[in-house]
Amino acid sequence: MKVLRIGAAALVAAFVSGQALADTVKVGIIAPFSGPFAHYGKLFKDGAEAYVKTQQGKFAGHDIQFIYRDSGGPNPGGVKTAAQELIVNDKVDYLGGFVFTPNAMAVAPLIQQSKTPTVIFNAATSSITPKSDYFVRSSYTLWQVTVPLAQWAHEKGLKKVVTAVMDYAPGVDGEKAFDTEFTKLGGEVVDRIRMPMSTNDFSPFAQRIKASGAQAAYIFLPGGPPNLGFVNAYNQNGLREAGIEFLGTAEMDEFDLQKFGDAALGLMTSFHYSAAHDSDANREFAKAMKEQAADSLLNYASVGAYDGMRLIHKMVEATDGKKDGAKAIEAIKGFEWESPRGPAKIDPETRHITQNVYLRKVERGADGKLQNTEIENFGPQADHGLE
Amino acid sequence: MPQLSNILIDGVVYGMVLFIISVGLSVTMGLMRFINLSHGAFAMAGGYVAALLIREQGFSFAAGVVLAMLFSMALAAVLEMFVFRHLYKKSELQQVLFTIGFTFACIATANFLAGAYIQTLPLPEWMQGSMALGQRTLPKQRVVVVFAGLFVVLLLWLLVARTRFGIWLRASVDNAGMSSSLGINIRLVQCATFAIGAGLAALGGVLGAELMPLEPYYPLKYLVLMLVVVAVGGLGSISGTLCAALFLGIIDTASRYLASDFGNLFFYAAMILLLAVRPHGILRR
Repeated sequence: MKVLRIGAAALVAAFVSGQALADTVKVGIIAPFSGPFAHYGKLFKDGAEAYVKTQQGKFAGHDIQFIYRDSGGPNPGGVKTAAQELIVNDKVDYLGGFVFTPNAMAVAPLIQQSKTPTVIFNAATSSITPKSDYFVRSSYTLWQVTVPLAQWAHEKGLKKVVTAVMDYAPGVDGEKAFDTEFTKLGGEVVDRIRMPMSTNDFSPFAQRIKASGAQAAYIFLPGGPPNLGFVNAYNQNGLREAGIEFLGTAEMDEFDLQKFGDAALGLMTSFHYSAAHDSDANREFAKAMKEQAADSLLNYASVGAYDGMRLIHKMVEATDGKKDGAKAIEAIKGFEWESPRGPAKIDPETRHITQNVYLRKVERGADGKLQNTEIENFGPQADHGLE
Repeated sequence: MPQLSNILIDGVVYGMVLFIISVGLSVTMGLMRFINLSHGAFAMAGGYVAALLIREQGFSFAAGVVLAMLFSMALAAVLEMFVFRHLYKKSELQQVLFTIGFTFACIATANFLAGAYIQTLPLPEWMQGSMALGQRTLPKQRVVVVFAGLFVVLLLWLLVARTRFGIWLRASVDNAGMSSSLGINIRLVQCATFAIGAGLAALGGVLGAELMPLEPYYPLKYLVLMLVVVAVGGLGSISGTLCAALFLGIIDTASRYLASDFGNLFFYAAMILLLAVRPHGILRR
């Protein structure tokens, strides 16, 4: 009997510790998987899973399980419900994803209360991370990439710049960032054009930019049709010939880049990631993505997810796979690593990524495809929107 | 003064783009009195076929456009014979529900077949670049759109007002039973008219693609724009649709030059005003 009891106890102990060793870490990803923004979901999924595969499916010996939830477009109510289900029913250890700012904002109280570390793969408004102590961001903010661009414009001797942004929150954010920095340095913003969201004919705005007498135009446009329409208008209305420099941020994103054709050649953007970034880490990322899916794409969204999982990896290591949000978030503050975009660090105060921002120019690469060639490194930039 | 001439030039050109994407709807909804919210889907189908032929198969632009129009017409004719014809006698609400549902199905199909990407349509040499127009430049592609628009107006006017087919069409819309008993093959007339509408939709999809790029959500994104133009123009009036498109194009362009902070306020204000003053169409009292 006694032997049996000891045996049973040992078995139980072995089972319990075995359980502890094999703790599965659950990561809930909230992103658009349907509707007009569904490509973001795919980019996130590819990026996140590619990273986990580079670690043979385990972080610090723990299996990683993804649970995906569809957010559709900007949908704070639905996203809040999805996050609640993930936290309460599925008992996820981490949350990730978030394309749109309102969606990220909506989960702040939930993650604060449940102490769930949440990695933002994309949503780029400065004011998100202060909303909860458990937010970490692996993407960028408009201030982060715009401020060094304004400084560069000033150093290049540009005196008059016009801003032309799409009239919604991120556009206004970009306009403010450029305006504030450029004016502070003594430059003049000669016109602040806000283009309605539904604009499809950009000729009037191109003509206004031409008439404003500016030497360069700071542009902000969301991806897709408006982007294409504007770049066409820029060329067809003779802005290129007039030498009015195009200064953008995310406009030349790899997702749409090949669609522009020659119209995009020479356009300049200030951004944190280019698929053409020359580093071993980026080549490794490219390889991992190719193995993940043949139709995968390297861009800011997939690198945001890839690095986002790098952060979760670090947090899992620090907590040995146990649910301890406070300890996890402490471990990520000040964390430095080599990202495919270059050296990166999580700022301990803002929990936003500090990273190099580059000035890039659209050129044809060796394979004849368009690429963003980095022509200048602005060095490590914090989120200037929170300073 | 350059401001004023800019507004007029860009306004007329934009108006012509509005016309070319809406004229097909003016035919099905205006002439046939069929609420066809899937108009954009036929435009997209045509546009996708044109993109495929011109970009991937190396067809010339003109050949691609003609084949795309024929494709849309054939597709519409088949669908009309088996599906849409049953809706003519249904209530307007049922027409709306069916055609919008059909539109969603088309969006999903486009997404499935070609992905969420924008389909680019390479322009031929003679349509690339800009031409000088006084002190400013105008994209050649837009000039082509203006002439194509005028050509379509002329052809449609001739077809409706001067041909036997036009007489049949007007008769069968006004009184289907009587026309039928007079020996008009109204089934053929309806089917052909629906196909013509779809063909014009394809033309609009291709020629308007510079401003309204082809992507899976195309049929929904520009639907309101098309409906506004047709409603303001007055049902069944091709010339009314042209006037409405030009007028709204100029209003929208002027607001982009002078008061872009107001968004589309003036466009919709103009629509409300015109519909209040001329509920039956811009050219009718």
